[in-house]
Amino acid sequence: MSGTFGEVQSAELSAAAVQAPRANHLRLLEAESIHILREVASEFERPVMLYSIGKDSTVMLRLAQKAFFPAPIPFPLLHIDTGFKFAEMIAFRDQMAKDIGAELLVWRNEPAIAAGTNPIALDTKRCCGLLKTQALLDGLKHYGFDAAFGGARRDEEKSRAKERIYSFRDGAGQWDPKNQRPELWNLYNARVHPGESIRVFPLSNWTEMDVWQYIHQENIPVVDLYFAKERPMYVRPAPGGQETLLPVEQAFVAWPGEKPQMVKSRLRSLGCSPCTGAIRSDADSIPAIIAEMLSFRSSERANRVIDHDQEGSMELKKREGYF
Amino acid sequence: MSETTAVQESTFSIQDFLAEESQKDLLRFSTAGSVDDGKSTLIGRLLYDTQSVYEDQVKSIEGKGTTQPGQIDFALLTDGLRAEREQGITIDVAYRYFATDKRKLIIADTPGHEQYTRNMATGASTADATVVLIDASKGVLIQSRRHAFIASLLRVRHVLVAVNKMDLIGYDEAKFRAIESDFRALLSQIAADTGSPVTPHFIPVSALLGDNIVHRSSAMSWYDGPSLLELLESVPAAINSDKEPFRFPVQRVLRPDSTFRGFAGQIASGIVRPGDTIVALPSGRSAQVARIVTYDGDLAEAQAPLSVTLVLKTEVDISRGDLIASAEDAGTIARGCKAHLVWMDQQPLQLHRRYLLKHTSQTVPAYVTALDYRTEIGTLEHKRAHTLEINGIGVVSIQLPRPIVLDKYSENRATGAFILIDPATNSTVAAGMVREVVGRDSLVGTSSAAASGPVTGEERRRRWGHSGGELHLTGSVELIDSVERALFAMGAVTVRVPALADAVRISQLAAAGLLALVVAPSNEEFLKARVGEAEIIVETEDATAVTAVLELLEENGLLAAHNEEGSEYSI
Ligand SMILES: Nc1nc2c(ncn2[C@@H]2O[C@H](COP(=O)(O)OP(=O)(O)OP(=O)(O)O)[C@@H](O)[C@H]2O)c(=O)[nH]1
Ligand SMILES: [Mg+2]
Repeated sequence: MSGTFGEVQSAELSAAAVQAPRANHLRLLEAESIHILREVASEFERPVMLYSIGKDSTVMLRLAQKAFFPAPIPFPLLHIDTGFKFAEMIAFRDQMAKDIGAELLVWRNEPAIAAGTNPIALDTKRCCGLLKTQALLDGLKHYGFDAAFGGARRDEEKSRAKERIYSFRDGAGQWDPKNQRPELWNLYNARVHPGESIRVFPLSNWTEMDVWQYIHQENIPVVDLYFAKERPMYVRPAPGGQETLLPVEQAFVAWPGEKPQMVKSRLRSLGCSPCTGAIRSDADSIPAIIAEMLSFRSSERANRVIDHDQEGSMELKKREGYF
Repeated sequence: MSETTAVQESTFSIQDFLAEESQKDLLRFSTAGSVDDGKSTLIGRLLYDTQSVYEDQVKSIEGKGTTQPGQIDFALLTDGLRAEREQGITIDVAYRYFATDKRKLIIADTPGHEQYTRNMATGASTADATVVLIDASKGVLIQSRRHAFIASLLRVRHVLVAVNKMDLIGYDEAKFRAIESDFRALLSQIAADTGSPVTPHFIPVSALLGDNIVHRSSAMSWYDGPSLLELLESVPAAINSDKEPFRFPVQRVLRPDSTFRGFAGQIASGIVRPGDTIVALPSGRSAQVARIVTYDGDLAEAQAPLSVTLVLKTEVDISRGDLIASAEDAGTIARGCKAHLVWMDQQPLQLHRRYLLKHTSQTVPAYVTALDYRTEIGTLEHKRAHTLEINGIGVVSIQLPRPIVLDKYSENRATGAFILIDPATNSTVAAGMVREVVGRDSLVGTSSAAASGPVTGEERRRRWGHSGGELHLTGSVELIDSVERALFAMGAVTVRVPALADAVRISQLAAAGLLALVVAPSNEEFLKARVGEAEIIVETEDATAVTAVLELLEENGLLAAHNEEGSEYSI
């Protein structure tokens, strides 16, 4: 590095001195993520990439292709299927794995699904606990994975904002936010004892806006549910003169006698159909989605039921082993 | 939620917006300062006043926290853990993101409490700038000093000093100036110690009320400088390292099939183009760059910090942890170093204990052989000490049984930094910044200077990293040269003698601790290497030829083992 530390003169601070970057913010984020992907693939015995089909996972998957090109992705993909994912998501998942030649594993908590677990029979918290967290922990254990990539971003939620890029998990998969390993520069500590593991977040420093801009810049295919279309929805009143749009995907979510309406709408974030609200929208292209985002006044997770069951609910779930 | 699409203004063009966005750079900054100085409040205020928080996020904190009724406690926007909200303090770094018309910013809001100093260092280690807060009603405290010192060690390039809570001292200019001069004095004292001077910027602010955070304040007409946001938008972000020597730590070898062999990594400094001559370390073999491969096509040049894959024109034995460097300035192969350590573990530093040192993409065993001094934060005095306790900072001597390529941290933030890991607990116990790269000479030299009598074989062995012996090399001249170069790069003391030389003379050289290379060169395409009874034959086109010869030396006890991490090194 040049010896310019400390020689920064005020003149340099004028706007004119700020040169246009040769590598813009997306290239810088990409370079950081690829570095992380390569470190993990090289330092762990058995890494896996959690693939949830959403926009973040899809970007993460493209970054994995880039990281190892022209070699294939050196780890499998794992989808935790709750049985309540949209049919379009499942079709997209299978096509994507086929197109890029990746090994795809699917894990479901079959006993819980067979017992009729759903967010209405139980509450959302217990439903997520069984179909997501428990399934994830069981799946990771079954295959003996010692590192698992997740597409979570720190800007999604305030307990995620606290997480390291390498998030250490104990033998039970649990996160201890008050005692995280220091993480300096890009020197990640990959050492774990048997049974312990690391969750790795290569997209930690990406924002929702970065993800969409990257999808646009790189021309990455995403599930059609993100684009506005006339779709049947249960339209329900919500507190504060608002409304909730619930997709018609699972029969049990309907109230007795409730009829769906066709609404031009889209999903801002993909989850389980009974717990993911849609938004009214005309955004039918990536630039339109980005333009729409600029006008938003609530965060992308506001339409997800699970995050506001309870103050600090995401933190609790993560402590229990959720991503 | 009834929000519909539509960016209403007819003048708005999404294409223009995207074009502007693609020109934006990235600035990473962290906060620093003592507990309760208002760091989190300041970040919350910055986000709020730039409309970077969503309504649901603001709603979720209204009426909560430590502030007066009706006044939002902005700290709750970043203090995202339950324990933090309960205790009203920050425990670990919160990362937040926002963008202005000029650039994207990544914030690391760090804790002020001494107990969590390691988390402050975590946040500052990747920062281009740090905002140091000082509570105007309290002045410069011990934690302000500690954080300023750590930021200086880490060489955070820009220091912005926000003198906060000006509302509590009636926006008094004289008090602000007094704090400014105190802190300037401290910063220059620190710079003298760390060798890393900075030009600080001072801004009087009230994080709670928003004075001089985003908007210039009318309450302090005596201050005519920029607001904090204006400064954050204008300090230079990444520095251009094109003129620096090329450094490329290899993370992984990509070999999808027999026709492709590429070295994947992230450029740590400098620039690379096809045709450049590079040298691979520690083997010391050189080659030309054939291609810079990416998923999006080959590049005509690439510079730090891009992640790329290099393909070389000739086969060279390179594996993870090796460094590809410019042939003109390849760096030093170090058997040790002097480094600043920031200790981060409950268990204090133990001298002579085996730690693991992670540097770029490799992890090697390391021994801290001496603690030169500990810095007393209150006075910046250098104290004699036997150990470093948690949050202690000092300068140590480190010995590396397996040599690695090191740069000074002041010259290269990527190849001059390391962490120490406790192999028993797996904890990250220290952050290290290389101050001097020491050949074995300097490290061992200090102790042997005190010794007396004739220099023993054991002393030579410790200094040179090998014992005396004979390596017989018959065949390819090219390979003989490469082997000698590789040994030389590692600091071995070798003598080339012709195979016809007097056997007694040769054994005298070996007895004196030198490595005698007994050579019979020819134009063959192979090389026979022999130590005692053990003999191997390697081919010139075999990329691992030199390594195989070095391994022969290791297996026969001549060369200190080129250990994989985890195995003990013993001399
Ligand atoms: N009067 C006044 N109070 C402030 C100001 N800024 C912060 N505070 C108050 O100071 C207290 C501490 O603020 P925080 O933002 O939590 O401090 P911090 O520096 O983040 O603390 P740690 O992260 O725990 O080190 C809170 O009660 C704030 O409301 C200010 O400008 N003026
Ligand atoms: Mg704080």
